[in-house]
Amino acid sequence: MADNTNLTTNQRNIMKFDPKDHEIALSTEDLHVFYGKTEGISEGDLQFERYKISALIGPSGSGKSTYLRSLNRMNDRIATVTGKIMYRGLDINSNDIDVYEMRRHIGMVFQRPNPFAKSIYENIAFALRQRGMNKKQELDEVVERSLRQAAMWDQVKDDLNKSALALSGGQQQRLCIARAIAIKPDILLLDEPASALDPVSTSQIEDTLLELKQNYTIIIVTHNMQQASRISDYTAFFNLGKVLEYAETGDIFTNPKVDLTNDYISGNFG
Amino acid sequence: MDKIRASLLKKSIASKIERRGKIISLTCLALIILVVFLIFYFVASRGLATFFQNHINFWQFLSGTQWNPGTTGTNGQPAVGALPMIVGSFLITILSAIVATPFAIGTAVFMTEISPRRGAQILRPVTELLVGIPSVVYGFIGLQVVVPFVRNTFGGSGYGILSGTFVLFVMILPTVTSMSADALNAVPRYYREASLALGATRWQTIYKVVLRAAIPGMLTAIVFGMARAFGEALAVQMVIGNATLLPQNLVSPASTLTSILTMGIGNTVMGSLQNNALWSLAMILLLMSLVFNMVIRYIGRKGKLNNER
Repeated sequence: MADNTNLTTNQRNIMKFDPKDHEIALSTEDLHVFYGKTEGISEGDLQFERYKISALIGPSGSGKSTYLRSLNRMNDRIATVTGKIMYRGLDINSNDIDVYEMRRHIGMVFQRPNPFAKSIYENIAFALRQRGMNKKQELDEVVERSLRQAAMWDQVKDDLNKSALALSGGQQQRLCIARAIAIKPDILLLDEPASALDPVSTSQIEDTLLELKQNYTIIIVTHNMQQASRISDYTAFFNLGKVLEYAETGDIFTNPKVDLTNDYISGNFG
Repeated sequence: MDKIRASLLKKSIASKIERRGKIISLTCLALIILVVFLIFYFVASRGLATFFQNHINFWQFLSGTQWNPGTTGTNGQPAVGALPMIVGSFLITILSAIVATPFAIGTAVFMTEISPRRGAQILRPVTELLVGIPSVVYGFIGLQVVVPFVRNTFGGSGYGILSGTFVLFVMILPTVTSMSADALNAVPRYYREASLALGATRWQTIYKVVLRAAIPGMLTAIVFGMARAFGEALAVQMVIGNATLLPQNLVSPASTLTSILTMGIGNTVMGSLQNNALWSLAMILLLMSLVFNMVIRYIGRKGKLNNER
């Protein structure tokens, strides 16, 4: 079980894993993000366990998306990120890291479904082709496997050559997930993947994520607290650019240690 | 209560003003349509007179290679063969577009993708400045710099298609560049993010995603530049040599529809064959710009369909 250290103040409560019992897929140490001179994130300091879903919640502007985008360095040309992001014993926030190779292992799905204006097939084949996979048979296999994992193979198997833009919003988002997992990343970052979708599509996405958890470490930003409680194993609460609480999801929602967390999840602000 | 009833039945001042505004803008629109229509009518009536009044065979006009409307050609008919000018115009347009496109796309990519800040601060104002330079200045520089350069490097007199291509290349480059940059800017940011998040490099993203998505816009930019090159008169006239001969090579003097028009229109009498023949050239020019316009619209509509979400 996770150790709850750092319980000395009532202000912050950040869980640390015991490395003996938990395999850490990704962790950040003393992460700061600056937009020009203004600080977007201060002291983002979290660990993410392998093959679990970790949710980042918090009010708008609390920095949870900024934090998530820093994890695979999507903020590189937008903001300055200092601190360490540890992945397999390497600090991937260092200049020595090949960013493009790293993003292959840490994939991302965005808030708004963003398929390319290409066919469904080509959307998934895009990244594979960039990496030199050109054999039709191999591509076919990966496309089918990815679409199956994203639980949409049966719906689109006859329409693979149709434009991805003709799909509904929920299908587009699942296509984006399929596209992200086609290159077999280790970790999947999702930035409010269901916020633009209706409840039915949302629950399909959630089912997909629970399914994917067996093979992927998932970190998800969400505005929807029910969603966090439904699918995540661990939850971090962000406010004003700081992580205030990080614990098992059950604990956070039933027994938050920080007053602000309590206020937020009971709907008193935000 | 009755006051409200009365006010509902009466036209208010605001609604009267709105009506007046509507009438004014409709009038302006109608006026413009009328002017366009009249231009077409006038050019067509003059241009067609060559064929109906002077009984010149339309096919001979298009395919004949002798141009000297005052005299009789070898076939016993007035020498009004426009082929040298038509070929000259198309050659110079296509060549300048071919030369300008790679430079324009390269500059646009640098401006929007590689160094957006420098692009916005330095490159864009500079290209916009280039658009505003009068064509006579381009022509003069062409005459003083390009023509001697071509003469010394490639031989001949220096006047010809090649010099015209160089001058037009510089003239259409800013138009094509800034329109291509607009097309690239219009590619949604999430396309780039999606590609980067899949581990594609910046170059792969630019080449495979951004440029592909911007193809309709960039085609429009190129056709727009071609339309400008096709219609440019003064600068071309200054460097092309204005010999109404079918161009044998790129450095021999040639002519375009526009250069012959500007050279000749002041020296002919309205209603004469010489004058009518020039109007026929103008008609071809007008038809071609119509074609360019339609191509641009067609590409634009297709591009919109492709990118619809």
